[in-house]
Amino acid sequence: MNFSDRISPTVAAMPTSGIRRFFDIVAEMKGVVSLGVGEPDFVTPWHIRESCVYGLQRGYTAYTSNYGLLELRQEIAKLFQNQHDVTYDPRQEILITVGVSQALDLAMRAILSPGEEVLIPEPCYVSYQACVTLAGGTPVPVPTHIENEFRVTVQQLEKLVTPRTKALLIGYPNNPTGAIMPRPELEALAAFAVKHDLIVISDEIYGDLTYDGEHTCFASLPGMRDRTILLNGFSKAYAMTGWRIGYALSNPVFIGAMTKIHQYTMLCAPVTAQVAAIEALRNGERSMRKMVAEYNNRRRLMLEGLRSMGLECFEPKGAFYIFPSIKSTGLSSLEFAEQLLQEQKVALVPGSAFGECGEGYVRCSYATSTENLIEALKRISSFIKKFQ
Amino acid sequence: MKELLELLEQNYSLTVKQLSSMLGKPEDEIAAAIKQLEQDKVIVKYQTIINWEKAGVEIVTAIIEVRITPQREVGFDSIAERIYRFPEVRNVYLMSGAYDLHVIVEGKTMKEVANFVSTKLATIDGVISTTSHFLLKKYKEDGVIIEDKEEDRRLAVSP
Repeated sequence: MNFSDRISPTVAAMPTSGIRRFFDIVAEMKGVVSLGVGEPDFVTPWHIRESCVYGLQRGYTAYTSNYGLLELRQEIAKLFQNQHDVTYDPRQEILITVGVSQALDLAMRAILSPGEEVLIPEPCYVSYQACVTLAGGTPVPVPTHIENEFRVTVQQLEKLVTPRTKALLIGYPNNPTGAIMPRPELEALAAFAVKHDLIVISDEIYGDLTYDGEHTCFASLPGMRDRTILLNGFSKAYAMTGWRIGYALSNPVFIGAMTKIHQYTMLCAPVTAQVAAIEALRNGERSMRKMVAEYNNRRRLMLEGLRSMGLECFEPKGAFYIFPSIKSTGLSSLEFAEQLLQEQKVALVPGSAFGECGEGYVRCSYATSTENLIEALKRISSFIKKFQ
Repeated sequence: MKELLELLEQNYSLTVKQLSSMLGKPEDEIAAAIKQLEQDKVIVKYQTIINWEKAGVEIVTAIIEVRITPQREVGFDSIAERIYRFPEVRNVYLMSGAYDLHVIVEGKTMKEVANFVSTKLATIDGVISTTSHFLLKKYKEDGVIIEDKEEDRRLAVSP
């Protein structure tokens, strides 16, 4: 039997994530300083881990409601009320998911019909396009550029919007660029969404990791709450990647449709992790702020370090990534990443993994110790010298 | 200022240049601030936390609860000073509660420590009593877990 003939054509045509490919090379090498990691270097704060252990002792081992533990949904509602002044009913407008990844998949499957288009500013997280495709939709990449600090503009969107456009999928603060969208720019997107009657899926997983200013929650803009499917989770701000807890917030119709898929395909998010997430929201603010302050120090260290080597680099204002241009070396981003790994044992991710317009850039994550960052900068600097 | 101190408390080997970019302040400002903090003894000393047991050096540590009679005008301070001047004494804290001074003493052997307590410490005028506790194992020192079994378990590259 020819097995590859038996694979669904949609899946067969889908490229493997560029990051995966690179990971296989790195995995076999020793002494690598990695700037390739898209998760915090902090371990989940102890009080959160401890509460999970306590939860297990008390017997939290069963299914929860499809929506997730009501207590957790109530804490999330409280958070959005206090932090962004936007109200969600914990009973029917909040769904706890297995990470934002699942929430994104559910959102796409809930809203898309075959052939409908989704505008996706790029560079962006590796699974945006794939989720749209798997849901039967057509992803429409919207390239963003360093001249505009990798923000998306309405002019760009207007050029690509069609009668088939159903939604706009944005992720700010952005992985891989570290770009943010300040409030006025988001307001322009909101007006664009109203004009073309689009649903906006806003992935704000890095929202708490915003430096020099406050994060604006897209759903908090006037008139946007019901039009928006807001995605967030615990992975980045609370250093809880492996726990796999995310959530979606929206009107009862969207959340209801997503929950329908969720109940048949996932049933519920793991209860142990939900218990830990409650503790994170109740008592985690202090440890979270501390981590954010430390990221901020490292961010400035990296920016200064990369710029002083002569690499063009815009100042990232969010997440924990920095996205320098390596065009001056004459290498493609994949060549740069591969040669840097072979010669200096520094792992980073080629920008092309995040969309075509990421070509010419590399993503460096500063979610690693200051000592590692200093060592990595030293090695990158000696690598770059031969091109100057 | 607080941020600068926090960074130095974690890692005193950061250079002025690195500190300057991390805090987004000019180098000369950082250098001057550090110098001032050192002069004012806000930064008391740069020290290294060493796991002596792992280094194969035997050290016996005892915690001594000391009760004393406070003295006119100087209170506890002058007796505390007579105690903390001994090089065998690592830490001295004034306490509220059942006893007055919390003294941490180090020596090569248990006998040496016991000897120090009975001949030097207990005999100081104003010392009413001492209670010695010998330390069996250090788990955490100055906010640092001595043998941390947690390691970086992340994949080297992830989305």
